Amino acid sequence: MATVKFDEATRLYPGNDKPSVDKLNIDIEDGEFLVLVGPSGCGKSTSLRMLAGLEEVNAGKIWIGDRDVTNLSPKDRDVAMVFQNYALYPHMTVADNMGFALKIAGVDKGEIRKRVEEAAKILDLEQYLERKPKALSGGQRQRVAMGRAIVRSPQVFLMDEPLSNLDAKLRVQTRTQIASLQRRLGVTTVYVTHDQVEAMTMGDRVAVLKDGILMQCDSPRRMYDHPDNVFVAGFIGSPAMNLLDVDVADGGVKVGGSTVPVERAILDASSGKNITLGVRPEDLELTTEGQGIPVTVDVVEELGADAYIYGSTKAHQHVEADEDAEGERPFIARVDGRKPPKKGETVFLAPKTGHVHAFDASSGQRLGD
Amino acid sequence: MALEITAARPDPAMLDLPWELPLETWPEEHLAALPRGISRHVVRFVKLSGKVLAVKEIKADIAVREYQLLRMLNRLDLPCVEPFGVVSGRTAADGTPLDACLITRHLQFSLPYRALFSQSLRPDTTTRLIDALAVLLVRVHLVGFWWGDVSLSNTLFRRDAGAFAAYLVDAETGELHQTLTAGQREHDLDIARVNIAGELMDLEAGGFLEAGVDAVDTSNRIVERYAELWQELTGLERFERGDRWRVDERIRRLNELGFDVDELAISTDIGGTTIQIQPKVVDAGHHSRRLLRLTGLDVEENQARRLLNDLDSYRAGTDRQNDDEEIVAHDWLQRIYEPITRTVPRELGGKLEPAELFHEVLEHRWYLSERAGHDMPIEDAIADYVKTVLPSKPDEATVVGVDTVEMPVVAMFDDD
Repeated sequence: MATVKFDEATRLYPGNDKPSVDKLNIDIEDGEFLVLVGPSGCGKSTSLRMLAGLEEVNAGKIWIGDRDVTNLSPKDRDVAMVFQNYALYPHMTVADNMGFALKIAGVDKGEIRKRVEEAAKILDLEQYLERKPKALSGGQRQRVAMGRAIVRSPQVFLMDEPLSNLDAKLRVQTRTQIASLQRRLGVTTVYVTHDQVEAMTMGDRVAVLKDGILMQCDSPRRMYDHPDNVFVAGFIGSPAMNLLDVDVADGGVKVGGSTVPVERAILDASSGKNITLGVRPEDLELTTEGQGIPVTVDVVEELGADAYIYGSTKAHQHVEADEDAEGERPFIARVDGRKPPKKGETVFLAPKTGHVHAFDASSGQRLGD
Repeated sequence: MALEITAARPDPAMLDLPWELPLETWPEEHLAALPRGISRHVVRFVKLSGKVLAVKEIKADIAVREYQLLRMLNRLDLPCVEPFGVVSGRTAADGTPLDACLITRHLQFSLPYRALFSQSLRPDTTTRLIDALAVLLVRVHLVGFWWGDVSLSNTLFRRDAGAFAAYLVDAETGELHQTLTAGQREHDLDIARVNIAGELMDLEAGGFLEAGVDAVDTSNRIVERYAELWQELTGLERFERGDRWRVDERIRRLNELGFDVDELAISTDIGGTTIQIQPKVVDAGHHSRRLLRLTGLDVEENQARRLLNDLDSYRAGTDRQNDDEEIVAHDWLQRIYEPITRTVPRELGGKLEPAELFHEVLEHRWYLSERAGHDMPIEDAIADYVKTVLPSKPDEATVVGVDTVEMPVVAMFDDD
């Protein structure tokens, strides 16, 4: 087991003028489950592969424990890519299937047996060690394959989108199992996914990347409650946070027909006359007509206790440069499931006090604490 | 959802296959062979318009990706299975959506390594298979393809004049890059070494491995063979100005290995006293391309080497060294190669490919001549070969089978 450190690690592909991973700094603790997440092309897989030794590091360093592994070959790094396509061999026993890679590495027989038994115990395979894979169920076979990685007792497990070819139901089930197995083993793990829900449910900490740059690295809770910038605010959370470009007013910001109070310190920190206001769908309350944000309801999704309304607002919103600032913008809110508004209705929503996020309109950085 | 078929040259008969059934339950009448063992995915070999096709059931996006990768590898002229198409949008009769299917053409006269080990073997079969895989790995790496799952079971082997030619079968984990980093190549090699060792240990456990073969030692051979070949194909060589013959020597060595040099970088130091050369673009198939140009025969590299040698002796034996090479080749084809390969009775035609048969007949003639103490005519050799050797050979035209147990990434605690 070991810590992992990305120290200004940079990958610039030949012929590109922008690095695919740009001065990445992450300190991963011993035994931690860190998830790298971001949209396609954000550099998450490249970062993992730099750690694995599959991609060159053009600047900066990568450390595993107190070893500088930046220029080591993959097999000298003591990392294991889990969920590569492990084959199980039909004529070999479960124990041999789990331990044969150790034999190649020259580990002596007694030690192999010991490690196989330990792994079998963790994986609940003890009574099957002398059987052939054919006699196992699908789930047991999968665990034997996991066992192959575990017996190597690598310092770090690396997983690159291991669940991408599973259907939705199996994905949910398997991600819980991987997370609980990792906790039992206590091996430092770096996991790559494009799915923010997977990231939030599995990681001790989550690192969000965009265009090769680390946007934030925090615990899922902190990431959700305290996004450092507009990108993370919009990327983490499902349904996504509502983001509105709003004008600064006295003691707050103008949203729709009213003023939402915002701390003076935050307003002072802003570089311009407007800021980006972020409100999560669950941090909104229905209010009286003419107050708050007017939203026309398009779809009502009833979930029992709660209901989500998907609608649009003409309140001045945070927009991408190429969008029409005056047009209608989508808006999502969670409301009481017992008396949801009707489709086509216009409702007025006010953010709950203390539950608004503010970002600088030009830099996108969080304002205030 | 409507059934969607993507194929470069679609065959209408494809519509007759039971796409509404999970591949696992396809009736026997469509199958070219009964399924054996368990694979990572469900794979079946089906008959269609006289062809044998391999059908693999996987998620649509993965199927499309692998189809496109295989097409690209084919375009790059690498030895790999030929993609035939992707069928997606499948639904069962009750409306349940089914996974897509990737269809590849079965490679005629190719052999899965397990089929080879179930026959009686020449003693060095294992090393010859690994040598063939090393050549394949070097070739895919040269074009920037990272395989990700190198193994004997993801490779098919064709006989090649006593050696083997390896073909890539499974590109699911592969990635095509501009060039590969040293780390990517090493990782592929490490995967290859571990997988080969596992596959050999499994053969050993099943009692199929040749006696005296050590699985771990043998698996290391892939690393050695790869390193040698990579060095020869890409290495920088420095020598004194006076040793310019070494340029020709390098090209000759590469030709000997079966590669043509398309681009060779030559540079000198400032004083011009030392020269350095490095092949930049090499192309496999030195001999097979020459034979194709001369005769139109499209065969494996070593077979081509063998046939070209026979063509050379024909030319010498008929005293036609001064004739146009193409014309002599045409005569050799009509008077020697075709009559010999046509001698095989139709019912024995599925035993060996014509070029491999020709190679075997040449070998057989050598043994007969040695025993007789004088040269035997090739006509006698083929007659004897067809009578005494060929009938006992296994049929290899359509050997199909999937029997490596590979693991799906599924829930770990799902069903026990």
